[in-house]
Order: sequence, then structure tokens, then C-alpha cells
Amino acid sequence: MRRKQVLQGNIIVAKAALAAKCNFFAGYPITPSSEIAQFMSRELPRMGYDFIQMEDEIASLGACIGASLSGRKVLTATSGPGFSLMQEHIGMAVMAEIPLVIVNVMRGGPSTGLPTKPSQADIMQVRWGTHGDHPIIALYPAFADEIYSETIRAYNLSEKFWNPVVLLLDEVIAKAHEDIELPRKNDIHIYKEKIHRIKDLNIYDREIGENPPRVDFFKGYPIHIDGLEHDKHGWPTSDPETVNKMQTLRMQKIYHYLDEIVKFKEYYMEDAEIMIFSFGVSARSSLAAIKMAREQGIKVGLFQALTIWPFPKIPLKERFKRIKKVLTVELNMGQTKYEIERVSSDDVEKKALLRANGIPFTPKEVLDKIREF
Amino acid sequence: MRNYEKYIRYRTFPTPWCPGCGNGIILKAIAICFSELDIKPKDIVVVSGIGCSGRIPTFFNTNTLHTTHGRALSFATGIKLARPDKFIVVISGDGDALAIGGNHLIHAARRNIGIKMILVNNGTYGMTGGQVSPLTPQKFITETTPYGNIEPKFNVAELLKGARASFIARETVNRPRQLKEIIEKSFKHNGFSVVEVISNCHINLGRKNKMRDPISITKWIASRTVTKTQYEKLTPDKRNHIYPVGVLFEDKDRLEYSDLYYKHIVPEAQASIPQRRNQNGK
Repeated sequence: MRRKQVLQGNIIVAKAALAAKCNFFAGYPITPSSEIAQFMSRELPRMGYDFIQMEDEIASLGACIGASLSGRKVLTATSGPGFSLMQEHIGMAVMAEIPLVIVNVMRGGPSTGLPTKPSQADIMQVRWGTHGDHPIIALYPAFADEIYSETIRAYNLSEKFWNPVVLLLDEVIAKAHEDIELPRKNDIHIYKEKIHRIKDLNIYDREIGENPPRVDFFKGYPIHIDGLEHDKHGWPTSDPETVNKMQTLRMQKIYHYLDEIVKFKEYYMEDAEIMIFSFGVSARSSLAAIKMAREQGIKVGLFQALTIWPFPKIPLKERFKRIKKVLTVELNMGQTKYEIERVSSDDVEKKALLRANGIPFTPKEVLDKIREF
Repeated sequence: MRNYEKYIRYRTFPTPWCPGCGNGIILKAIAICFSELDIKPKDIVVVSGIGCSGRIPTFFNTNTLHTTHGRALSFATGIKLARPDKFIVVISGDGDALAIGGNHLIHAARRNIGIKMILVNNGTYGMTGGQVSPLTPQKFITETTPYGNIEPKFNVAELLKGARASFIARETVNRPRQLKEIIEKSFKHNGFSVVEVISNCHINLGRKNKMRDPISITKWIASRTVTKTQYEKLTPDKRNHIYPVGVLFEDKDRLEYSDLYYKHIVPEAQASIPQRRNQNGK
């Protein structure tokens, strides 16, 4: 039965989510992500699980948090405008440390923007969309097989770190039909945490560097979950010392495990003199451009970020010790460009190929930019 | 220890409410209902949004969830779908449920999802200092209507009836015994139920409207509410600003959402699974 299939990007996400044992979907239709909801509405009831179309994206994520607290593995899918609405509950999920997977198939913005055109302009919204200091994990696949593996990784990370994980997709990749060989069930690694029975209310009691505890209803002792800043019991508090400790714990549960979370791919980097930093569909254009450039004898390589948040700061700093020319290719007006400026020193020559008009770069355009060095 | 006290989380006291607030009466009425229906604390989830009434769940010794402003019903929907066997109560204020959360309210009513909602109507945004809410009476002075409120208020019961809720009731904190009975009836209802509890906010609403103390504001509430039978005897011109209390609407026949989902959608979906072909034949 293992044979190549031709599947749409959105469907690959849905299939991977089911493979990762997702059993709850709440969503609201929005182009270009609706296929995920449609697929889930057909498949989840067949497995005896729940699908619900809510009244808006805010309610969708609310229902997901409720289900996640009841022990379900949840998914919701949306696009930029819906993702803007979801920010309120992303903050709630970060504060209460609830695992969630949110798919954001990006489209041109701001506002209603370009519903059927690609864009990579939600990078900063993913990072800083909800108010307050908060950790976030965002994954960004570019190829069909990566969509599958990164969706499963999104579940594993969200379960392990008890934090929302955003899966970013480009409109063209989500809508394109590509051939993919789905992995066998036994080849998929799914993170499983030992379920501790909660003996008391101190559900958030842990030390810095420890993985967060499991926060679930119906596991024994009745617990309190709060969107307010809370102490180890979950009670609302504004005691400065407790607040400081809780905020540090939330940030450090991600930043202590960067090695596990940050993932990237490199192409032609061994002897590269120019490095392209890119992700998603722009990375695919860049890769094609690099092949063309190599034929012309230009030594250029690609750093493709699969984890976009936390930003791959340490591996990039390592590369910048040797490579002194960097080109950022992204379908926006320059969002990761500033991140690259932050992680590279002044002696690195920086250029950026930016555009946000809904048309992906052609390899030729990237090649022309490479030749400007 | 009286029976209902095991549902109270004494560790989190004192409450943040002003002296004389009606929230305490509602808290106790709900706790008594839990004990009379003998539901295990670990099987209950009490969900709330933001506001004075949003802090009620903190004091229940059950699973409790204090969420974002107005969205409590959406969280409760997720919990109910994931665990239809559990008992889910939502406590929401008037600003929480009808202003910012109005959309969630009408859709929960339309779905008839089995959530028991207690809508605490104190006619103002108490926690933020007393601003106008969708249930502030006309001509009232609030922090944001210094020249009097010109907007009419919602008729919650009629709104919910239009949204097809299957259990609608109204009661006041003036009558704790009847309040408990009404809440108990709503808890026994299978489907979406709303009990609008008219409560007092003498500090942030009454103070600006010549009702400084709990007594005068509860007297005012009493003057505006009549029983259902009394209400029906009133001539239409006298019905203005008078609200009936008691169970106002009940539809016992409508199926609850998660029941419908598991009894209709799931079998239907499972029947539609394409039959796997024989290993040998094609």
C-alpha cells in the first residue's frame, strides 16, 4: 500500500495531525485554509471524535483550549485575519500553559488583504501578536514531506512544553498538490508524557529547567486554571516575587531547550561564500536560484529555517563567523531581515529581497539579487 | 460541616467583592444545587469570563476555569464536546455575556449545547468602576453616561428565545430560596439553560443613582420584578420595565448538541467509511 500519493498541502497537514493523534478540531472557514476544516469534518466523526465549526476564530481557539484541558489533542486552522482574532486566546494558552496546534496559512495583508495570494508577512505577528512577554514556537515547512513531519513535530513540541505551537504555511504550498510518500505508522515518533495524577492544586509547582507539569481537568483533584497571573496553585496573584518566578518559568521552559526546538536545513553550505536565509516558498525559489548560480560558479548556499520562532540565533551566529555575505529572501516588507541584522555583526554584508504584492519570487529574480554581491 | 460546604474552596477566601454584593448569594445557591444533585466536585467544571461575577468560580472546590472577557461559553463548548459526561456551568456577567460575548451566547443557545449558564445581571461593569452595560436601565447615570443612558437594554429572555435557547429563567438575589430552586431546575435541564440572576451593585451603579445601600437597590429590584402569573395579569402598558421571574421558557423535547453529535453524526460518518477491498480481489 505504500505508494506515492498526490496530496494538497492542506490535506497533508490534516493527515499528519490525525497521525499525531489529533482528536478535536474547532475552526472557522477562511481562505486559504478551509480544506483542513473540510477534511477534518469528514474524518474526525468517522473516528468517533469531535469536529465543530464555531461562530468565529476567537471561539474556535476557546473551544480548542477547553478541549485541550479535557485531555484532547486539538487543531485549528486559519489565515491572517483569523489569526489576528485568535491572539487573545493564544495569550490565554501561553499563560495557562495549554498545548495547542494552530495552523496559519498566510495570505496577503493587512486586513482582508489578498485572500488568494501568498505572503510571508505574519512572521512578527506570530512572535508578538498577543500582548505581554510570552514564549512561542513557530514552525515553517517548505516542502511536502516537511509539512507532514513538521505538523507531527508541532504536536510533540506543544505536548512537551505545554505551549501553543503555530505551524506557518504559505498559500501556494498549502494549495498546491504535490507528490508525497506518507511515512509508515511505526516510523512516526509521537511524544507521550507520563500522566501524573494530580494530588493537590499546586499544578504549576516546578523549578527552573524542569519540564512543565500536565495541566488537565478530570485527572483526580479539582484544579483551577486562570488567565490571570497565578501562583503555583493557579490562584490569581500580583505578588511581585511570584509573578517574576512564573514569568521566568514560562520563558525558560522554551529557551532552555533550544537545541530540541530549533531545526533548520542547509543546502550547498560547505563552501558557500554567500548565504541565503529563507523559509517556506521563498526557500524553494532560492534553492532553484542557487542551482542556477552554482552552474555559473557563484558559491552560494541556503539556510532554510524550519523553526522560525525561537529564531535560529545560535546556528546563524556560527555561520556568520565564516560567511560574510547574507541575502534574506522573504515575501514581506522585511520582517526577518531585522532579526538577521540582530544576529550578524557589522562586517557581514547584508542584502534583502523583499516583496509583498502576492507574487512569489522566481528563481531568476533571486539569482539577479545574488549577482548584486 | 453542611453538605454544600465541600463545594466551597475556603483556601481562596476572602472574596474580592464589596460588602453586600449579590455574588455571595449566587455562589451559595449554586453550591447548594451541586450538593442536592450530589455531583462529584471532580466531575464539575465551572467556567467564567471577566468581571466581578467572573471571580465566582475561584471559590468553588471543583474544576474551575477563569478565561478571557466574554468567551467563557466558547471554552465550555470545547469541554462539553470533549467530555459530554461532565457537568459544565458557566457564570457570566451582563457585560461579559451580552456585550463582548453576545455572539457566543446566541450561538450556544442556537446549538442547544448542554451548558448551564448563570447570567449575573447587575446592570453595570462593576469591576472597572461602573460603566454603562447592555443591561443598564435607560436614564441611569454611570461613569460613561454622565448625562444619562439613552440606549435601551436587552430583553435577555426574548433575545435568547429568538436564539432558540431551550431553558430560560429569571430570578433575583432578593429571593435566595427561589433562586436556588430555579438554578436546580436549570441544572436538571438537558440542553442549554440560562438563568438570569438580577443582582445588586449598590457601590458602582446604585451610588450614582440614589441607591447607595444594598437595601434600597434590592427594594428597587423588587419593585421591578413580578412573578410570571402576576405579569400575565398586567395590561401591556404596565408591562414596561417590569420583568417576570421564574421559569420563562422550557423546551424539553429538543436534543442536546453533544447527544445529537454522538447519536447522529458519528454513526452517520462511520457508515460512510468506504469498505476496504478484499485483499485478493480488486
